[in-house]
Amino acid sequence: MTAGPPRLLPALRAGLFGTRANTLITLATLLVLSQVVPPLLRWAVLDATFSGNAGACTREGACWAFVAAKLRFILFAFYPPDLQWRPVLVMLLLGAILAASAVPRLWGRPLILAWPLTILACWLLLQGAFTATPIPSNQWGGLPVTLFVWALCLAAATPIAILLALARRSTLGGLRTFSVLYIELMRGTPMVAILYVAMLILPMALPDGLSIDKMLRAIVMVTLFWAAYIAEVIRAGLQAIPHGQAEAATALGLGYWRTQRLVILPQALRIVIPGLVNLAIGFLLATSLLAVIGIFDLLNAARAAAADPQWLGFYNEAYIVVAVIYFAICFGASRYSRWLERRLAGGGAGPAPAGGTSATSRKE
Amino acid sequence: MVEKIRAWWGGWPLGQLAFLLAVGALGALFIANVLETMARIGILPGFGFLSSSANFEIGESPIAFRAGDTYRRAILAGLLNTLKVSLLGCVLATILGVAVGIAGLSRNLLLSRLVRWFIEITRNTPLLLQLFFWMALAKALPAPRQASALFGSVFLTNRGVYIPSLSLEGGPFGLAAALVLTGLASLAFILVLRAAGRLTRRSGTFAVMLALAAPLAFLVLSGARPAAELPALSGFNIRGGLNLSPEFAALLTGLVVKFAALIAEIVRAGIQSVGTGQWEAARALGLHDGQIIRLVVLPQALRVITPLTTSSYLDLTKDSSLAVAIGFPDLVSIVNTTANTTGQSLEALIILIGAFLTINLALSVLMNVYNNRVALRGSRR
Repeated sequence: MTAGPPRLLPALRAGLFGTRANTLITLATLLVLSQVVPPLLRWAVLDATFSGNAGACTREGACWAFVAAKLRFILFAFYPPDLQWRPVLVMLLLGAILAASAVPRLWGRPLILAWPLTILACWLLLQGAFTATPIPSNQWGGLPVTLFVWALCLAAATPIAILLALARRSTLGGLRTFSVLYIELMRGTPMVAILYVAMLILPMALPDGLSIDKMLRAIVMVTLFWAAYIAEVIRAGLQAIPHGQAEAATALGLGYWRTQRLVILPQALRIVIPGLVNLAIGFLLATSLLAVIGIFDLLNAARAAAADPQWLGFYNEAYIVVAVIYFAICFGASRYSRWLERRLAGGGAGPAPAGGTSATSRKE
Repeated sequence: MVEKIRAWWGGWPLGQLAFLLAVGALGALFIANVLETMARIGILPGFGFLSSSANFEIGESPIAFRAGDTYRRAILAGLLNTLKVSLLGCVLATILGVAVGIAGLSRNLLLSRLVRWFIEITRNTPLLLQLFFWMALAKALPAPRQASALFGSVFLTNRGVYIPSLSLEGGPFGLAAALVLTGLASLAFILVLRAAGRLTRRSGTFAVMLALAAPLAFLVLSGARPAAELPALSGFNIRGGLNLSPEFAALLTGLVVKFAALIAEIVRAGIQSVGTGQWEAARALGLHDGQIIRLVVLPQALRVITPLTTSSYLDLTKDSSLAVAIGFPDLVSIVNTTANTTGQSLEALIILIGAFLTINLALSVLMNVYNNRVALRGSRR
């Protein structure tokens, strides 16, 4: 990769035409590409319409004018346009806290405190606090909702997951059994079914006077669901800590909680952070399932944009925009995860769990 | 006995008991509330609704279903649809995934770069988005009249995908059973010999030959002929062959593409986990590449690959539930319709979650048996 131009050409020649088999593979690949790329290029660029209204768009080419006209809706859905600075601020806040969390030097108590505060601020902002009329959650939509639900569920699920993982590794049979049953039940169920529980069962299960809105119900159930997956990753980290550590802490007179908090968990969590980042990427992709219960997340907003009577049927363009947004976030995050993995492995953070943090273990 | 229970239960008995009781009380409270709500809106709790007739149609199903059949049969049809798409998905995703994984390891720069991009794009966009995309693509295909045949007999149309179907003509019904029996018999033969440690190349080959020869003999003796039926354009539509609905085709394509990318990564990680020293050592012993892969690399790579593929299969099965979003009548979609039409949401969701737990449990037991076979002898537990 670092080879300069003089060495690039021979490497390229060897890589493409090095042996007879290699030349054959190159030619076959080029043949396939020549069938696929030109029509795609014609659709996306040559025959595409870049400005004007729906009438200007032909069915032969892409209608990027649609994207220009509907981008606001795809990003913010039905949020009142005059209050749009609020979801924009929410995205900035979440981006800032995520960026801060990405720097290993900042990992510590202030960051742990900053997370709930940021999420609370986002909640208040979206809700329309300090305005005359609060904004109900069925008007929230688009990218801020995707990011907000994701961050809130992740932040709320992590402490639950730590408790579940500790219970699963503890010597207390009752708690251990509960934890195993809970984790297996959640992990054996599709997320769609969990969302249906939030939609159909939760309203019936709550006491008569108490009713909470759809968004909050979904957040509660998704949090409980993700906690089971995070717990398993954390358990892998706990397993990687040698038993001697706990024994040494006990010998120093630390109780169970102080041992876990001061000795075991900091090491275990540090080991599994790349795994957690991978899981978080999977969760971000999974938030798109909120569309199934009619929440206007990014994907659902894009679909609704293409169902606008004035711009009917430009689904492919809408999906491409959404795909680019998801891809940019997740690809960046997975690159970060690789970097972190290398850094943590080099930084003497203890042994990496075997195979546990490989790029393949990702949940959607 | 008492000692054992006490050791298992561990310390802090009252605290644990209090926690479990609190969880139980919370659950009881929820259930009481649900029952109360059901009573208020006039719904009788219980599974009696399964025998009443469902007044909706199911687009496609492996078993015959008409509006008016029972909910039980509707749910069974949904379950079979889920199993069908999951099973086909697992098989096809494995084949494609292994092929893509090996292509990604190719020394050819163009091919490995293309595979890299395919995997990154598939991994970093939501499956639901991909399903929507495949669905939009399936709807944008030409009408049957305008569709042109691929490979002479595969038609991609906006009414679904038409592929050739295979059937047996004129054969007695017992034939299929006989085929299955001989297959099982030779499988049992191999397993018994293997357990006894007497499986040799010769007896293994014999069993395989037997399994192949028996059906052929049956075919010749019974006069049955396998017949391929090719789809062909007639009038305004395509007749003959097997028609996969757009929803099914889109769901299957989406699942296969997504999980092939995941499995390709697993295969790559597995093969790369075998150190280059192993290759060098095997070459020094005079093995050629095919032998090295078969005898040295694959057995070790499978130890990494198998557990990870198991969880991919489980995820694929669970993710087939996204069918509900594109209108394929899988278990989730039919259970949802049932809950909406009868109001028996609690029972319907219990059936749904129970079914998925059972499938997952069975699949993971099966794959664990296989995993124990490929795992390091010392690391068996």
